[in-house]
Amino acid sequence: MSEYVIVGNGVAAAGCIEGIRSADTESSITVISGEDHPVYSRPLISYYLEGRTTIEKMNYRPADFYEKNKVKVIYSRAEHIDSKKQTITLTDKQKLKYDKLCLCTGSSPFVPPFEGLDAVEKKFTFMTMDDSLALEKALNPESRVLIVGAGLIGLKCAEGIAERVGTVTVCDLADRVLSSIMDNECAAVMQAHLEKHGISFMLGDTAVSFDKDKAHMKSGAEVGFDILVLAVGVRAEISLAKEAGCDTDRGIIIDETMLTTVSNIYAAGDCTQGLDSASGEKRVLAILPNAYMQGHCAGVNMAGGKEAVTNAVPMNSIGFFGLHSITAGIYPADSEIYEDHPAGGIKRLYIKNGRLAGYILIGEVDRAGIYTALVREKTPLEEVDTARLRLSPSLAVYKADIRRKKLGGVV
Amino acid sequence: MKRVYVNEKWCLGCRLCEYNCAFANSGLDSMVKALKDKPIFPRVHIEEAEGITYAVSCRHCKDPLCVKSCIAGAISIQDGVIKIDKEKCVGCLTCVLVCPYGAVAAGENGAAQKCELCLANSCGEPACVAGCPNNAIVYEER
Repeated sequence: MSEYVIVGNGVAAAGCIEGIRSADTESSITVISGEDHPVYSRPLISYYLEGRTTIEKMNYRPADFYEKNKVKVIYSRAEHIDSKKQTITLTDKQKLKYDKLCLCTGSSPFVPPFEGLDAVEKKFTFMTMDDSLALEKALNPESRVLIVGAGLIGLKCAEGIAERVGTVTVCDLADRVLSSIMDNECAAVMQAHLEKHGISFMLGDTAVSFDKDKAHMKSGAEVGFDILVLAVGVRAEISLAKEAGCDTDRGIIIDETMLTTVSNIYAAGDCTQGLDSASGEKRVLAILPNAYMQGHCAGVNMAGGKEAVTNAVPMNSIGFFGLHSITAGIYPADSEIYEDHPAGGIKRLYIKNGRLAGYILIGEVDRAGIYTALVREKTPLEEVDTARLRLSPSLAVYKADIRRKKLGGVV
Repeated sequence: MKRVYVNEKWCLGCRLCEYNCAFANSGLDSMVKALKDKPIFPRVHIEEAEGITYAVSCRHCKDPLCVKSCIAGAISIQDGVIKIDKEKCVGCLTCVLVCPYGAVAAGENGAAQKCELCLANSCGEPACVAGCPNNAIVYEER
C-alpha cells in the first residue's frame, strides 16, 4: 500500500487519479485543491460567459468521481515539501506523508508591474472559474472593455463577453493575433473575422500605464475603459517544486515518465517543461490534452506501471464566432509551405525534412486529426500520397496496406 | 467487443451507409423527413483512394486520444463504447484535432458527433452495417 499525494485539482490531477487507479485500486490518494471547486474545465470559462455552458456542466468529471476513485480531497494549499522526509505541509499546518507525489500546480496569470494599475477599480485576469464569475458581475451593456493580450485567453474572453458589453478593444505588443499558434497569413484571416464581429484591435501596441479608467499606450494613444482584462500571459507555478529541490526552468523539468529531478516527485500539466517532440526542445506545453496525458502517465508510473509521453506536440483547436481553427506542430521559417483556400478559409501546411512539421487550418477543419497524426508520428512523407495530403486530410493519404491495418483491426 | 469494420474489396461507394446513419441518428421515423432536401450529418463517411472506396467511422480505440483530450470532459468510454455527451460538449473540436482516423466531426448543432454503434438509437445495432447492400461493412468481434 502506498500513499499518493497530488498537489492541484485540475485536469492533470484528474488524469493522475485515473492513471493511478488503472494500476492500483487500493492505496490512498489525497488531492490538495487550492480552488474551492471539484475538478472543472478551465477552458470553458469563456463558454460560460457566452451562455454556451453552465457551471454544472463545466464539471470535468461526474459528481461521484472522487468517491468512486477513493480520493480524499483537502481544500487547502500546499506550503512546503520536505523531499527527504517525504512530507508536505499545508497552509493550515497540516502535515501529510507521501510515498509518491505529483505536482499538478498549473500556471497563473502573469501581470506585469504596470504603473497606475492599483488605481484601476475593475480589473480582472481570466483563468479560473472565480475569475469568470467576478468578471461577469462587472459586465453591463454599456461597458467599454480593454483586453491586454490577443492570445488564446484574451480572445476567448473577448468572444465570451462580446454580446454582453458595449465595446471590446484588444491590444497586444505582437503585430498579429494568436501569435503563439498562427503565422501572419492565418492570423490576418482570424483577425478580420473577429473584427467583423465587433472586436477592435490595437496591435503592435500595448498599455504601459493606467489611470483610473484610461490606458496610456506605448504609441502615445489613450484608451478609455470601464473594465480591464489582463491576459498578457501565464507563468508555470514552479515555486513549490523549486523549493523541494526539483530542477526548474520556465516550468518544472520532467522526463518522459513525468518524474522530476527529485525521486518520488512527479509533475504534470501546465506547470511542467517536458519534451516537445515537434521542436525537439523541452518546453512548457500548456494545453489541456497534454495536461491529461501527462497526468495519466505520471499516475501509472507512480503506481508502479510503465507509461511514457514521447510525442507531445503543440496543438490547438479554437473557434471564434463560428469560425474554427485547428493547428499543430511548428512552423519553421525554412519550410516548404503549401497554401490553399478551401471554402473561403485558409490552410497552410509546413513541410520540412520530408515531414509535415506543422499545419494551420481555418474554416474547413474536417478530419484535421489525420494531419496531426502525421505531425505527431513524424511520418516520412515518402510513405504517403503527398498530392492527396495537400488536397485534404483523409486516410487515403496512406498506402493501402497501412490504411487496411488502421481500419481492419482493434486499435 | 464488437466493432464496425470495413471490407474495402466489397464497397461500391454507394453511400447508403451515410444515409442510413444519418436517418438512424435523426430520431425521426421517416427517412424522407429526416434526409430530404437538407444537409445530412452522418457519423460514417466514404473515402476514395485510387478507385477504391471504403467507409470510415469511429474505431472505438482502446486508448482513445479524443477521450483524453476533450476539454469539457464530455467524451467517455462506457463498456468499451466511446460516447459524447452532447449536453456537455461545447463544440471546440479538440476531438477533431486529435482523432487520427478523422472519425469525429461537428454535427448539425455544432456539437461533436461520432459513431456510437447505434446502440442507443432506434436501430439498436449499426445501421450502416444493416443497410450495406454488399456486406462491405461488418459488425463483429476481431
